Amino acid sequence: MSIRLLLGDEALAQAALDAGVSGCYAYPGTPSTEIMEYFQSSPEAARRNVQRSWSSNEKVAMEEALGMSYAGKRSLVCMKHVGLNVAADAFVNSAITGSHGGLLVAVADDPSMHSSQNEQDSRFYAQFAMLPCLEPSSQQEAYDMVSYAFELSESQRVPVLFRLTTRLSHSRANVRLSREKSPERELSEPEDARRFILLPGIARQNYARLCDQQADFAAASASSPFNCYIDADDKRYGIICCGLAYNYVQEAFAEQCPYPLLKVCQYPLPQAELQKLFKECEQIMVVEEGMPFIEQQLRGPLANPRIKGRLSGDLPRVGELNPRLLSQAFKLPLAQIAPESELLRQRPPRLCDGCPHTNTYEALNEARQQFPQAKVFGDIGCYTLGALPPHKAIASCLDMGASISMAKGAADAGLQQAIAVIGDSTFTHSGMTGLLDAVWQDSPITVIIVDNDTTGMTGGQDSMGSGGRLDDICKGIGVNPEQLKVIVPLPKNHRENVQTITEALAHQGLSVIIARRECVQTLRKKVKRA
Amino acid sequence: MKNDIVLAGVGGQGILTIAAIVAQAAVSRGLNVKQSEVHGMAQRGGSVSAHLRLSSAAIQSDLIPAGSADVVLGMELMEALRQAPCLGPQGVLIANAVSICNIEQYPEEEALLAELRRAPRHLIIDAESLAKQAGSARAANMVLLGALANCLDLDQELLSDSMAKFFASKGEQVQQTNLAAFRAGAACRASA
Ligand SMILES: Cc1ncc(C[n+]2csc(CCOP(=O)(O)OP(=O)(O)O)c2C)c(N)n1
Ligand code: SF4
Repeated sequence: MSIRLLLGDEALAQAALDAGVSGCYAYPGTPSTEIMEYFQSSPEAARRNVQRSWSSNEKVAMEEALGMSYAGKRSLVCMKHVGLNVAADAFVNSAITGSHGGLLVAVADDPSMHSSQNEQDSRFYAQFAMLPCLEPSSQQEAYDMVSYAFELSESQRVPVLFRLTTRLSHSRANVRLSREKSPERELSEPEDARRFILLPGIARQNYARLCDQQADFAAASASSPFNCYIDADDKRYGIICCGLAYNYVQEAFAEQCPYPLLKVCQYPLPQAELQKLFKECEQIMVVEEGMPFIEQQLRGPLANPRIKGRLSGDLPRVGELNPRLLSQAFKLPLAQIAPESELLRQRPPRLCDGCPHTNTYEALNEARQQFPQAKVFGDIGCYTLGALPPHKAIASCLDMGASISMAKGAADAGLQQAIAVIGDSTFTHSGMTGLLDAVWQDSPITVIIVDNDTTGMTGGQDSMGSGGRLDDICKGIGVNPEQLKVIVPLPKNHRENVQTITEALAHQGLSVIIARRECVQTLRKKVKRA
Repeated sequence: MKNDIVLAGVGGQGILTIAAIVAQAAVSRGLNVKQSEVHGMAQRGGSVSAHLRLSSAAIQSDLIPAGSADVVLGMELMEALRQAPCLGPQGVLIANAVSICNIEQYPEEEALLAELRRAPRHLIIDAESLAKQAGSARAANMVLLGALANCLDLDQELLSDSMAKFFASKGEQVQQTNLAAFRAGAACRASA
């Protein structure tokens, strides 16, 4: 038996390897990135030649994983929570086709938005797609659940959603690894292969079957080794703890919880135990990391006063949980804490010294001064930090790829000098389709692709446009080569770059500028390795 | 035994290296460990913190309950002060006497020091000077590791071995400097 200190993300990845997975598909996104990175640095994955390169975006990754499952092998797809929005079409429909080789969809939610735009809760997606969902409470459980989840997926012939949250993904703990290893699966044909063709006639049958299967999913939850009911004498409260929240409750009560407790790590909710809790306890405290998913269902539209949690105000409506919040909710004695010092100042992240984006923003800010109406639609990446002083350069940041489409919409409305700033990885993720629209109408927008040859924000993964391929991609999409310029964002080129951007802004149709210089962090890593 | 440690600093200062060395030492002694880290957005020169818990019993929460940490180790003055409320009544506040002024309106260093000294048990060390004396300013983090070692229920030897393993590929010179730096840190005592 071997014990290793692993992040939740890494425990999941190692477990998938031990379960004989043949491919991991992912687009980077905090806090899920380390799952794929573990595969990429694992000698075992290399020896077995497990598929382990990044995908262009989450939808593509989801479809690739489903393709591998169709061919009979076990596959894993990983993303951050907002990535599931991008993959949603494929994900929801994969519930209708079902899977063949075991298929896990690992999604890492980010309550408190440590590095995200929102704190959406992926359990809603599992429920919406009518699929089983697993949510480990510890790194060990993240490890133990994976082979179970593959079996569940194979026996029920559906993908299984595997929900992680930041504090599990990014926390290390001792993990006991199994000695057993499953071999990888051979290629095989799905039984009833027509279920993968979602023509309405077939989809209707599939959907009816998925509805029937709900009872089986519920039965699986009821007998799940990961759900448990821990009885206790004091029935003033019954507690429902989901995933990681279980640990906070145990910590707050120093492992001597006086109230009956239902630990939920597999959904749909185990009904019999829920009924028991309801029957025996006066009030139900629902403790969940993320949104009030279960609480809302139990509380109902009439706001049942027996149900306590984030909606009742006993716990905060937003943000991560912690042990102290539970002590407060159960009116336990609280440790004294000193008030926060008034000297403290916020210290937000900023662009690295020498970052190419700095020079791009300096040139852009100077060029746009001649165009008082100019607005810069931003996108997601390190360059979003251009919103903060000293640059204060961007007006928006919505989702990946939105810069180009929003700039086009604003130009359609008559806003002059609509500018999009987008990173290379974001561009290949979902900026290219927006650019295609702009090409089609020769929209009067200026698109600046800040090409630092990497996915900087998430730690420097290769992007699909890495290696100077963006010029050809843009030309292929139909950008007029005369309106496609490359600049090198360096202080010594400042004047020239201001000139190039000014000309692009003055142009009455679409122009694209590729601002190309490598991220200094990636460069440093390369130099170190050499 | 149980040690709860909050590490704080500015992205890029290396709090995760310190956490990893201590965590490995604890695992090698068969202890349970939970170590919660910050990745991603916060790395670029912003505030970062990590929670490290070591225990002979099972550990529940990945986060240390507020007001109960045994040690807060701040690698920078303002970040040390930011995490000071995590400390329990018997806790030790270790702060590296360095300010990283990468923001507007960084507070007066004297004012920061005065507030840090209010912690009943504190140790403010100039890790960089001690590291220089040990052979290289780059070993400042190992000075802090040495100071931390004093406050933990782990053998110092175990920690310095773990440190040596971590830098195994760096050559004899670096190892020697690190060990000297570690010892210099371990020789510093907190106010009682
Ligand atoms: C749908 C979605 N997937 C992933 C992420 C995580 N994420 C944020 S920025 C980014 C990539 C940034 O790369 P790039 O556009 O090249 O800009 P850089 O950070 O290198 O400047 C990623 C993957 C996200 N926010 N949304
Ligand atoms: S990681 Fe790279 S792209 Fe991001 S701020 Fe630093 S230098 Fe710029």
